[in-house]
Amino acid sequence: MTDVPSIVDHLFRRSAGRMTATLARVLGADHLDLAEDVVQEALAAALTQWPYNGVPDNPEGWLYRVARNRAIDVIRKKTREISDAFAAREEATPRFAHELEDDDLQMMLMCCDGRLAPETRLALTLKIVCGFGVDEIARALLAKPEAIAQRIVRAKRFIRDNEIELTLPSRDELPKRLDSLLDVVYLMFNEGYAASAGDDLVRRDLVDEAIRLCEELCSLRVPKIHALAALMHLQRARLAARVDAAGEMLLLDEQDRSLWDRDAIACGLRHLEASAAGDELTRFHVEAEIAAQHLCEETNWPRIVELYDDLMAIAPSAVVALNRAIAVAMVDGPSVGLEAAAALEPELRDYVHFHAAIGELSRRAGDRVSAEEHFKRASELSSTLPLKRWFEKRARYGA
Amino acid sequence: MAKYMLLLRDNGTFAGISPEEIQRVIQRYGAWRKQLGDRIVSASKLRDTDGRVLHRDGSKTVVMDGPYTETKEIVGGYFLIEADSYDHAIELSRDCPHFDFGSIEIRELQPTPTA
Repeated sequence: MTDVPSIVDHLFRRSAGRMTATLARVLGADHLDLAEDVVQEALAAALTQWPYNGVPDNPEGWLYRVARNRAIDVIRKKTREISDAFAAREEATPRFAHELEDDDLQMMLMCCDGRLAPETRLALTLKIVCGFGVDEIARALLAKPEAIAQRIVRAKRFIRDNEIELTLPSRDELPKRLDSLLDVVYLMFNEGYAASAGDDLVRRDLVDEAIRLCEELCSLRVPKIHALAALMHLQRARLAARVDAAGEMLLLDEQDRSLWDRDAIACGLRHLEASAAGDELTRFHVEAEIAAQHLCEETNWPRIVELYDDLMAIAPSAVVALNRAIAVAMVDGPSVGLEAAAALEPELRDYVHFHAAIGELSRRAGDRVSAEEHFKRASELSSTLPLKRWFEKRARYGA
Repeated sequence: MAKYMLLLRDNGTFAGISPEEIQRVIQRYGAWRKQLGDRIVSASKLRDTDGRVLHRDGSKTVVMDGPYTETKEIVGGYFLIEADSYDHAIELSRDCPHFDFGSIEIRELQPTPTA
């Protein structure tokens, strides 16, 4: 199908999020459902008009006006003030697109309230800020639609019951409030990134959405946001090179470097530079530099070990320790790495990449039995088909 | 040039459709409309709710609710287009995205005889 230039890609999904944010800002967080309903009605109205009469000159403005009018109709009986509030807002800021930034941020902060579980924050953000449908969220997060719908209903009830307000934190308070929001953005990115190519397009959309949100947040000029942007761009740069023509996974040193996305690398490095502005060193800073190190012609493994030491100091976890063990193996040899990795077994027993790492390090150390055993276990634990196939192949030939 | 009425029949199943999917449908109609260009004389969606069916019973007019969308395909919208012939009208309708949702009935408008 040829492209119709009058509607930009993902306009509906994105304006759904923006409009919900704008409307909820005026209507109040307790009217979140109403905001969502009228936005959905506006989109449905477009579906009855535009196929027959064509797309209006300003599609987003049309949608917004229809949604806004509908909202006013619904609550006119109850209150006169709300329509006045709309009028006041619109007088103050005539351009629709520009008034959204603060509203968007407030909505994101509300969806990412620290009292909600991380996966709930992610589902709610995708639904309300990014305009994903419940089925799309379910596909993207490998969950059942009913489970996602439930999670969202409960989260909204929590917001209503706890009277969580849509407010903008003060300049001093903002960086702290951002942490839970940035975690969600990174979780969104990882959910999309972890899927293999061609698995489902919606999952690739998660990567794009996470980067788009982060780019928008960069206007807040908080260095750690740039660090996260750098990290995601640098990882995204290698996305196309991660699988071969047959859809099989490739290791870093097997990847065709000409497939790396030069623009994404340049963008990532620019953000990495901007991230150095403050005095706060976050896990995103360190992880971004690790990603940058992996893009160098010759990998500087001793430097990577140092970076993992830094990361262990900031955000210690068994997964970070495992990555450190792999880097150590590159510097001091596979048996030293194996020893460090094996110590993590109690915590990582059911983690795919733990067994993958032990398998690979065993192979390099010449222990074929252990290699085969751990690659098999990794294959059993894999949730996507390409990953499963890859580990099976390793178990057969690699060991 | 002859005028043809395209009657779009469907069962009104758009419930629960996501914003992204709505946009995709609209874009496909846009591409199709572009192919037709000026040949579209007029077009409109018909409301999926309500509707009345009238008939005469003896001397009085009986009004009934319907037709109901749940039961079978009903006319959900129309396009009035200009075409050279039925074959041409069929050709123009071939790419219409509506086939994903229902069927299309094509009827030529009765031409006015030259008096």
